Amino acid sequence: MIGAVRYVLRRGFELIERPFDRLFGPALNPLAQLGALGFFFFWIVAVSGIYLFIFFDTGIERAYESVENISHYHWFHAGVMRSLHRYASDLMIVMVAAHLLRQFAYDQYRGVRWFSWLTGLPMIWMLYAAGVTGYWLVWDRLAQYVALTSSELLDRLPIFGEPIARNFIATGTLTSRFFSLMVFMHIAVPLILLFIMWVHILRISRPKINPPRALAVMSLIAMVGVALWNPALSQGHVDLAKAPAGVGLDWFFLPIFPLTDIWGRGGVWLFLAAFSLIIGVMPWLPPFRRASAAAVDLEHCNGCARCAEDCPYEAIRIVNRTDNLPFLTQAQVNSSLCTSCGICVGSCPSSTPFRRTEELKTGIDLPDFPLKELRARTVEVGKALEGPARVMVFACEHGGGRKLKGAVQMPCVAMAPPSLFDYVLSQDLADGVVIVGCAESACYARLGVEWTKQRIAGARDPYLRARVPRERIATVWASALATGKVTAEIAAFKTKIAALPRKKLRSPAPPTAVQPGDGQPVPAESAP
Amino acid sequence: MKYLRIAGQFAVIVALFLAVSSFANWPTYRQFPQGSTVVLLTFVHSADRKAECRQLTAQEIEKLPPNMRRVQSCPRNRRPIYVEMDLGGRPIFRKNLPPSGIASDGPSRVYQRFIVPAGKYEVAVRMRDTPRTEGFDHMRTDTVTLVPDQTFVVDYSSERSDFVFH
Ligand code: HEM
Ligand code: SF4
Ligand code: SF4
Repeated sequence: MIGAVRYVLRRGFELIERPFDRLFGPALNPLAQLGALGFFFFWIVAVSGIYLFIFFDTGIERAYESVENISHYHWFHAGVMRSLHRYASDLMIVMVAAHLLRQFAYDQYRGVRWFSWLTGLPMIWMLYAAGVTGYWLVWDRLAQYVALTSSELLDRLPIFGEPIARNFIATGTLTSRFFSLMVFMHIAVPLILLFIMWVHILRISRPKINPPRALAVMSLIAMVGVALWNPALSQGHVDLAKAPAGVGLDWFFLPIFPLTDIWGRGGVWLFLAAFSLIIGVMPWLPPFRRASAAAVDLEHCNGCARCAEDCPYEAIRIVNRTDNLPFLTQAQVNSSLCTSCGICVGSCPSSTPFRRTEELKTGIDLPDFPLKELRARTVEVGKALEGPARVMVFACEHGGGRKLKGAVQMPCVAMAPPSLFDYVLSQDLADGVVIVGCAESACYARLGVEWTKQRIAGARDPYLRARVPRERIATVWASALATGKVTAEIAAFKTKIAALPRKKLRSPAPPTAVQPGDGQPVPAESAP
Repeated sequence: MKYLRIAGQFAVIVALFLAVSSFANWPTYRQFPQGSTVVLLTFVHSADRKAECRQLTAQEIEKLPPNMRRVQSCPRNRRPIYVEMDLGGRPIFRKNLPPSGIASDGPSRVYQRFIVPAGKYEVAVRMRDTPRTEGFDHMRTDTVTLVPDQTFVVDYSSERSDFVFH
């Protein structure tokens, strides 16, 4: 059931995401920047909020007038800030909804990833609490509706002695104490939100918390434009003798208020509780799929820290040496954070398929699918290749190549150390190598696509050696649903390889200066 | 070409933001139909305690633990309040309002909204907060003209011991 929903959602996202990728490019695609945009909008809300506070009168008698003053007398600065404050908040809701659905659609919320998902839940509460209290402060007719309906909702819970909604039934009965409480809440709640935002990304390495500058600049200009064209305005002073019957609602923040008229207040609370419960248990719903965490083999670890640099989930720490080897440090995996993506295996300089040792071992490895098996599978696939253009496909389990027959599969293509590609070509297992990973804007292991690109480009340690003919290596970044693109690009690459002059085998390979990531170069004849 | 692309990106962003900004206060929501009005029956009122304080007998005092001995027993729970309201001769509210609180010693409360077409109505409200089972302790009847979108509050003031309409 959940799987089916996820599939449909994923289709939906791809439908929007691919054209966005084409227009914006993967780096600027807003859908790949949702979390970062959330932070960006938060900062806009924070800065504009502080600015508005200068002009805002926190007393209930003068609050409305001070806001009117902001929008009319000071429209060109404070008024714009007011609109930014409102619209950036709304955009935060849009962003959070899209972000949540996308993490779900791409299945990046279960197992070890529960932490970010679960901390997302209180952020939703805080975001809504901040929005509702904010609308309260304007003290216009919408505020009256919000105040009345939210206190009626709260009165449904057996917390308060006297119905708080009675505060809003007639002029004179209202205590300004309540208003001050709202002012306080509207400042305190966003601070709590910010704190949880920080907690939210604690377990993520290199979280994207700032959108690319071009995207940020365009968004800011667009927001100011919208603020001038469609400014946020109040809806007339509160009149407690009149019912706030027809009000323009903010449908992002206040949709549950009309729902009280349909489901009743108890129904709305039930809905909110059910929503929170479902979100809260989702990471632990079956099917469970938990591969073993990466494990360090101290005999092959020199503490170089490359794995820790590359791990997308802060799962590796470099700690003091615990054995007698003459190194200062070693890697240590926190298995409760490890997603078993294998990226660390690809980063470790000990991961060299050229090693002739009986059993291929490396500094850090996946117990369920060790490097040794990856190499064995590579050799097996290579032996089965035939024809004029033998192309070896390395594919990850989440991208467009995950169901390709005859490909070498692994959790993430960045698990393959670059020397494995070198190995394939220099051992003449194939004439060309294709690496098929996730779409660039949606890497399941977050950083796998980026690291692979940088390693091949020689920009990131361990790099693919310079001697490896780059024209014989291709990458295809495609989502799991874009299988057509994958087959087409592989076919095109085969044609290209067939047209190349036959590969000159360097055998034995020249003893190049030792590079990190390379083992002992061995003669080409000595396949393992 | 490059500028065209940037223009396209910008256009998409603007379109999205415009859409978001318009749903920020549109469409308008009407809680109840045009031409109707809200009658709100709400008050907080404590009925008497169920029983008077009673002098304990010497034997009863004897039975109590030494540190909790007292001469009177005062039951804390209150009796419920019975309320009736008629609008234009039609009964719209008949209810026993139990006391609040875990020990049933808090006040009874009511907060009930009625949406009715605007117009002239006779509003009658009656309450029983003593042990009597017939008749009422407080009542008030008035003819009022309710205009559209008005909130007409039927309240009870414990200080004045009477219903208040506003
Ligand atoms: C104010 C609201 C939020 C902000 C600003 C925010 C921000 C972020 C950021 C910056 C990341 C890191 C993205 C990356 O670099 O890959 C992230 C990850 C994540 N977020 Fe949020 N988030 C918010 C709300 C939520 C909510 C409501 C949920 C779901 C209930 C959620 C679920 C997740 C998950 C599961 C990840 C981890 C992705 C992974 O493991 O690869 N977030 N968030
Ligand atoms: S397998 Fe992935 S998540 Fe686990 S330690 Fe290695 S790089 Fe980190
Ligand atoms: S990359 Fe390999 S050698 Fe370096 S710290 Fe990690 S496990 Fe040890």
